[in-house]
Amino acid sequence: MEEDSLKKDKLIIAKKKFDSRLIVGTGKYKSMSECAKAIKFSGAEIVTVAVRRVNISNKNKPLLMDYIDPKKITYLPNTAGCFNSKDALRTLRLAREIGGWKLIKLEVLGDKTNLFPDMIETLKTTEVLAKEGFKVMVYCNDDPLMAKRLENSGADAIMPLAAPIGSGLGILNKINIQIIRKQTKLPVIIDAGLGQASDATIAMELGCDGVLVNTAIAKAKKPFEMALAFKNAVLAGRQSYNSGRISKTLMGNPSSPIEGII
Amino acid sequence: MKKIKIKVNGKIKTVLNNSKLSDLLKNLNIPLNKVAIELNQEIIDKKKTRNINLKKDDKIEIVHFIGGG
Repeated sequence: MEEDSLKKDKLIIAKKKFDSRLIVGTGKYKSMSECAKAIKFSGAEIVTVAVRRVNISNKNKPLLMDYIDPKKITYLPNTAGCFNSKDALRTLRLAREIGGWKLIKLEVLGDKTNLFPDMIETLKTTEVLAKEGFKVMVYCNDDPLMAKRLENSGADAIMPLAAPIGSGLGILNKINIQIIRKQTKLPVIIDAGLGQASDATIAMELGCDGVLVNTAIAKAKKPFEMALAFKNAVLAGRQSYNSGRISKTLMGNPSSPIEGII
Repeated sequence: MKKIKIKVNGKIKTVLNNSKLSDLLKNLNIPLNKVAIELNQEIIDKKKTRNINLKKDDKIEIVHFIGGG
Protein backbone atom coordinates (compact mmCIF):
# COMPACT_ATOMS: atom_id res chain seq x y z
CA MET A 1 0.00 0.00 0.00
CA GLU A 2 1.21 3.49 -0.80
CA GLU A 3 0.09 4.82 2.57
CA ASP A 4 2.12 2.16 4.38
CA SER A 5 5.26 2.97 2.44
CA LEU A 6 5.02 6.57 3.64
CA LYS A 7 4.93 5.44 7.26
CA LYS A 8 7.88 3.12 6.75
CA ASP A 9 9.94 5.89 5.15
CA LYS A 10 12.31 6.64 8.04
CA LEU A 11 15.42 8.73 8.25
CA ILE A 12 18.23 6.44 9.42
CA ILE A 13 21.42 7.94 10.83
CA ALA A 14 24.06 5.67 12.34
CA LYS A 15 21.43 2.89 12.58
CA LYS A 16 19.04 5.13 14.56
CA LYS A 17 15.60 5.67 13.04
CA PHE A 18 13.72 8.96 12.96
CA ASP A 19 10.27 9.79 11.62
CA SER A 20 11.00 13.46 11.00
CA ARG A 21 13.46 14.50 8.32
CA LEU A 22 13.66 18.03 9.65
CA ILE A 23 16.44 18.83 12.09
CA VAL A 24 16.32 22.25 13.73
CA GLY A 25 18.89 24.42 15.41
CA THR A 26 18.23 25.94 18.81
CA GLY A 27 20.15 29.20 18.38
CA LYS A 28 19.00 32.78 17.76
CA TYR A 29 15.60 32.48 19.50
CA LYS A 30 14.32 35.28 21.72
CA SER A 31 13.91 32.90 24.63
CA MET A 32 14.22 29.24 25.51
CA SER A 33 10.47 28.88 25.72
CA GLU A 34 10.09 30.30 22.19
CA CYS A 35 12.71 27.84 21.00
CA ALA A 36 10.97 24.90 22.68
CA LYS A 37 7.63 25.87 21.17
CA ALA A 38 9.11 26.25 17.68
CA ILE A 39 10.62 22.76 17.97
CA LYS A 40 7.16 21.39 18.79
CA PHE A 41 5.67 23.04 15.72
CA SER A 42 8.49 21.77 13.52
CA GLY A 43 7.97 18.17 14.62
CA ALA A 44 11.77 17.78 14.73
CA GLU A 45 13.17 14.84 16.69
CA ILE A 46 16.77 16.03 16.49
CA VAL A 47 18.00 19.48 17.55
CA THR A 48 21.49 20.91 17.36
CA VAL A 49 22.99 22.39 20.51
CA ALA A 50 26.21 24.24 21.28
CA VAL A 51 28.70 23.61 24.09
CA ARG A 52 29.53 26.72 26.10
CA ARG A 53 30.72 27.79 29.54
CA VAL A 54 28.21 27.66 32.39
CA ASN A 55 27.47 31.17 33.68
CA ILE A 56 28.92 30.85 37.17
CA SER A 57 28.00 34.35 38.30
CA ASN A 58 24.28 33.80 37.72
CA LYS A 59 23.43 30.54 39.39
CA ASN A 60 19.74 30.67 38.60
CA LYS A 61 20.04 31.13 34.85
CA PRO A 62 17.65 28.71 33.11
CA LEU A 63 19.21 25.73 31.34
CA LEU A 64 18.33 24.46 27.88
CA MET A 65 17.70 21.00 29.28
CA ASP A 66 14.95 22.42 31.49
CA TYR A 67 13.06 23.45 28.34
CA ILE A 68 13.97 20.71 25.87
CA ASP A 69 13.98 17.25 27.39
CA PRO A 70 16.96 15.29 26.01
CA LYS A 71 15.07 12.08 26.73
CA LYS A 72 12.38 13.07 24.23
CA ILE A 73 14.40 15.06 21.69
CA THR A 74 17.79 13.88 20.43
CA TYR A 75 20.44 16.47 21.20
CA LEU A 76 23.00 16.83 18.44
CA PRO A 77 25.99 18.64 19.95
CA ASN A 78 27.82 20.75 17.40
CA THR A 79 31.16 22.50 17.20
CA ALA A 80 29.87 25.88 16.04
CA GLY A 81 32.52 28.52 16.57
CA CYS A 82 35.44 26.11 16.16
CA PHE A 83 38.05 27.09 13.58
CA ASN A 84 40.46 24.20 13.99
CA SER A 85 40.57 20.49 14.69
CA LYS A 86 41.91 20.86 18.23
CA ASP A 87 39.02 23.04 19.41
CA ALA A 88 36.44 20.86 17.68
CA LEU A 89 37.79 17.70 19.30
CA ARG A 90 37.91 19.34 22.73
CA THR A 91 34.32 20.56 22.35
CA LEU A 92 32.95 17.18 21.28
CA ARG A 93 34.81 15.20 23.92
CA LEU A 94 33.25 17.54 26.48
CA ALA A 95 29.84 17.13 24.86
CA ARG A 96 30.12 13.37 25.14
CA GLU A 97 31.04 13.75 28.80
CA ILE A 98 27.91 15.77 29.58
CA GLY A 99 25.71 12.77 29.06
CA GLY A 100 27.10 10.14 26.77
CA TRP A 101 26.29 11.80 23.44
CA LYS A 102 27.99 10.01 20.57
CA LEU A 103 25.93 11.32 17.68
CA ILE A 104 27.43 14.70 16.97
CA LYS A 105 27.67 17.36 14.29
CA LEU A 106 31.15 18.40 13.25
CA GLU A 107 31.58 21.87 11.87
CA VAL A 108 35.04 23.39 11.47
CA LEU A 109 34.85 26.84 9.95
CA GLY A 110 37.59 28.42 7.89
CA ASP A 111 36.52 32.03 7.48
CA LYS A 112 34.82 34.37 9.92
CA THR A 113 32.86 36.32 7.33
CA ASN A 114 31.57 33.73 4.87
CA LEU A 115 31.58 30.88 7.44
CA PHE A 116 32.58 28.33 4.83
CA PRO A 117 33.93 25.08 6.29
CA ASP A 118 37.66 24.38 6.41
CA MET A 119 37.53 21.01 4.70
CA ILE A 120 41.14 20.03 5.44
CA GLU A 121 40.61 20.44 9.20
CA THR A 122 37.16 18.86 8.87
CA LEU A 123 38.51 15.72 7.17
CA LYS A 124 41.27 15.32 9.74
CA THR A 125 38.83 15.71 12.62
CA THR A 126 36.27 13.31 11.14
CA GLU A 127 38.88 10.58 11.04
CA VAL A 128 39.86 11.07 14.70
CA LEU A 129 36.24 11.23 15.87
CA ALA A 130 35.24 8.08 13.98
CA LYS A 131 38.17 6.23 15.58
CA GLU A 132 37.03 7.42 19.02
CA GLY A 133 33.60 5.91 18.43
CA PHE A 134 31.68 9.08 17.66
CA LYS A 135 28.87 9.00 15.12
CA VAL A 136 29.85 11.98 13.01
CA MET A 137 27.49 14.10 10.97
CA VAL A 138 29.69 16.46 9.00
CA TYR A 139 28.98 19.97 7.81
CA CYS A 140 30.76 20.40 4.50
CA ASN A 141 30.99 22.23 1.23
CA ASP A 142 28.78 21.25 -1.70
CA ASP A 143 31.84 19.55 -3.21
CA PRO A 144 31.30 15.93 -4.34
CA LEU A 145 34.99 15.06 -4.01
CA MET A 146 35.19 16.27 -0.43
CA ALA A 147 31.91 14.51 0.38
CA LYS A 148 33.41 11.25 -0.89
CA ARG A 149 36.54 11.78 1.19
CA LEU A 150 34.40 12.36 4.27
CA GLU A 151 32.61 9.09 3.63
CA ASN A 152 35.97 7.32 3.37
CA SER A 153 37.09 8.98 6.62
CA GLY A 154 34.24 7.39 8.57
CA ALA A 155 31.47 10.00 8.51
CA ASP A 156 27.93 8.84 9.34
CA ALA A 157 26.10 11.61 7.49
CA ILE A 158 27.12 14.19 4.91
CA MET A 159 25.78 17.68 5.53
CA PRO A 160 26.53 19.91 2.56
CA LEU A 161 25.66 23.57 2.80
CA ALA A 162 22.93 25.03 0.62
CA ALA A 163 24.55 28.47 0.94
CA PRO A 164 26.56 30.31 3.64
CA ILE A 165 25.26 29.82 7.21
CA GLY A 166 22.42 32.19 8.03
CA SER A 167 22.36 33.69 4.51
CA GLY A 168 18.87 32.52 3.54
CA LEU A 169 19.95 32.15 -0.10
CA GLY A 170 18.56 28.65 -0.62
CA ILE A 171 20.29 25.86 -2.57
CA LEU A 172 22.92 27.45 -4.80
CA ASN A 173 24.27 24.36 -6.52
CA LYS A 174 21.55 21.79 -7.12
CA ILE A 175 23.67 19.74 -9.49
CA ASN A 176 26.44 19.23 -6.92
CA ILE A 177 23.91 18.25 -4.28
CA GLN A 178 22.44 15.67 -6.66
CA ILE A 179 25.88 14.28 -7.44
CA ILE A 180 26.68 14.05 -3.72
CA ARG A 181 23.38 12.26 -3.13
CA LYS A 182 23.91 9.85 -5.99
CA GLN A 183 27.45 8.80 -5.11
CA THR A 184 27.05 8.06 -1.40
CA LYS A 185 25.30 5.44 0.70
CA LEU A 186 25.25 7.82 3.67
CA PRO A 187 22.34 10.09 4.53
CA VAL A 188 22.72 13.53 2.95
CA ILE A 189 21.29 16.36 4.99
CA ILE A 190 21.24 19.90 3.66
CA ASP A 191 22.71 22.14 6.31
CA ALA A 192 22.79 25.91 6.35
CA GLY A 193 21.60 28.67 4.06
CA LEU A 194 17.92 27.87 3.61
CA GLY A 195 15.63 30.90 3.66
CA GLN A 196 12.07 29.71 3.23
CA ALA A 197 10.01 26.53 3.32
CA SER A 198 10.15 25.91 -0.43
CA ASP A 199 13.96 25.65 -0.19
CA ALA A 200 13.44 22.60 2.02
CA THR A 201 11.03 21.09 -0.49
CA ILE A 202 13.62 21.51 -3.25
CA ALA A 203 16.27 19.84 -1.06
CA MET A 204 14.01 16.87 -0.51
CA GLU A 205 13.04 16.69 -4.19
CA LEU A 206 16.72 16.53 -5.08
CA GLY A 207 16.77 13.32 -3.07
CA CYS A 208 18.30 14.60 0.14
CA ASP A 209 17.46 12.62 3.27
CA GLY A 210 16.79 15.61 5.48
CA VAL A 211 17.39 19.29 6.11
CA LEU A 212 18.77 21.25 9.04
CA VAL A 213 17.26 24.68 9.60
CA ASN A 214 17.93 27.28 12.26
CA THR A 215 17.96 30.94 11.25
CA ALA A 216 15.13 30.67 8.70
CA ILE A 217 12.79 29.57 11.52
CA ALA A 218 14.26 31.42 14.51
CA LYS A 219 14.48 34.77 12.74
CA ALA A 220 11.20 34.58 10.80
CA LYS A 221 8.63 37.19 11.89
CA LYS A 222 6.44 34.30 13.03
CA PRO A 223 8.79 31.49 14.06
CA PHE A 224 6.04 29.02 15.03
CA GLU A 225 4.26 29.33 11.69
CA MET A 226 7.56 29.08 9.84
CA ALA A 227 8.44 25.95 11.85
CA LEU A 228 5.16 24.40 10.74
CA ALA A 229 5.74 25.55 7.15
CA PHE A 230 9.15 23.81 7.13
CA LYS A 231 7.62 20.66 8.58
CA ASN A 232 5.05 20.53 5.79
CA ALA A 233 7.59 21.52 3.14
CA VAL A 234 9.92 18.66 4.08
CA LEU A 235 7.02 16.19 3.99
CA ALA A 236 5.81 17.52 0.63
CA GLY A 237 9.29 17.36 -0.87
CA ARG A 238 9.91 13.83 0.35
CA GLN A 239 6.53 12.61 -0.91
CA SER A 240 7.14 14.29 -4.24
CA TYR A 241 10.57 12.66 -4.52
CA ASN A 242 9.23 9.22 -3.61
CA SER A 243 6.35 9.55 -6.06
CA GLY A 244 8.63 9.65 -9.10
CA ARG A 245 8.20 12.86 -11.03
CA ILE A 246 7.33 13.00 -14.74
CA SER A 247 10.10 13.66 -17.22
CA LYS A 248 10.55 17.14 -18.63
CA THR A 249 9.64 17.78 -22.28
CA LEU A 250 10.25 20.79 -24.44
CA MET A 251 6.81 20.85 -26.08
CA GLY A 252 3.30 20.68 -24.65
CA ASN A 253 1.45 17.45 -24.02
CA PRO A 254 -2.36 17.76 -23.67
CA SER A 255 -3.93 16.50 -20.46
CA SER A 256 -7.25 15.64 -22.14
CA PRO A 257 -7.50 12.83 -24.76
CA ILE A 258 -7.38 13.83 -28.43
CA GLU A 259 -9.73 10.97 -29.33
CA GLY A 260 -13.43 11.84 -29.51
CA ILE A 261 -12.90 15.57 -30.07
CA ILE A 262 -16.05 17.03 -31.63
CA MET B 1 44.49 27.72 55.95
CA LYS B 2 46.35 29.11 52.97
CA LYS B 3 44.26 30.61 50.20
CA ILE B 4 45.00 30.10 46.51
CA LYS B 5 43.81 31.62 43.27
CA ILE B 6 42.31 29.44 40.56
CA LYS B 7 40.44 30.19 37.34
CA VAL B 8 36.91 28.95 36.79
CA ASN B 9 35.46 29.57 33.32
CA GLY B 10 38.01 32.31 32.80
CA LYS B 11 37.24 34.09 36.09
CA ILE B 12 39.63 34.26 39.04
CA LYS B 13 38.33 32.62 42.22
CA THR B 14 39.94 32.39 45.63
CA VAL B 15 39.61 29.07 47.41
CA LEU B 16 41.37 27.26 50.24
CA ASN B 17 44.49 25.38 49.24
CA ASN B 18 43.77 21.67 48.79
CA SER B 19 40.00 22.18 49.02
CA LYS B 20 38.04 19.65 47.01
CA LEU B 21 36.73 20.19 43.50
CA SER B 22 33.41 18.73 44.65
CA ASP B 23 33.04 21.52 47.24
CA LEU B 24 33.68 24.19 44.64
CA LEU B 25 31.03 22.68 42.33
CA LYS B 26 28.59 22.50 45.22
CA ASN B 27 29.19 26.16 46.11
CA LEU B 28 28.62 27.18 42.52
CA ASN B 29 25.37 25.22 42.43
CA ILE B 30 26.45 23.17 39.41
CA PRO B 31 24.01 20.41 38.33
CA LEU B 32 26.53 17.64 37.66
CA ASN B 33 24.24 15.66 35.38
CA LYS B 34 24.02 18.58 32.94
CA VAL B 35 27.66 19.63 32.65
CA ALA B 36 31.14 18.46 31.71
CA ILE B 37 34.23 19.55 33.60
CA GLU B 38 37.82 20.10 32.55
CA LEU B 39 40.73 20.56 34.94
CA ASN B 40 43.80 22.00 33.20
CA GLN B 41 42.46 20.83 29.82
CA GLU B 42 41.80 17.28 31.01
CA ILE B 43 38.25 16.00 31.24
CA ILE B 44 37.34 15.00 34.78
CA ASP B 45 35.25 11.95 35.69
CA LYS B 46 32.26 13.62 37.36
CA LYS B 47 32.02 10.79 39.87
CA LYS B 48 35.50 11.47 41.15
CA THR B 49 35.38 15.19 41.95
CA ARG B 50 35.74 14.41 45.67
CA ASN B 51 39.15 12.89 45.06
CA ILE B 52 40.51 16.04 43.42
CA ASN B 53 42.22 18.71 45.52
CA LEU B 54 42.55 22.16 44.03
CA LYS B 55 46.02 23.64 43.54
CA LYS B 56 47.29 27.15 42.84
CA ASP B 57 46.63 28.33 39.26
CA ASP B 58 44.35 25.40 38.40
CA LYS B 59 42.17 26.15 35.40
CA ILE B 60 38.67 24.73 35.51
CA GLU B 61 36.14 24.80 32.71
CA ILE B 62 32.52 23.89 33.34
CA VAL B 63 30.42 23.62 30.18
CA HIS B 64 26.85 22.76 29.29
CA PHE B 65 24.54 22.80 26.28
CA ILE B 66 23.03 26.04 25.08
CA GLY B 67 21.02 26.99 22.01
CA GLY B 68 23.01 26.74 18.80
CA GLY B 69 22.65 26.02 15.11
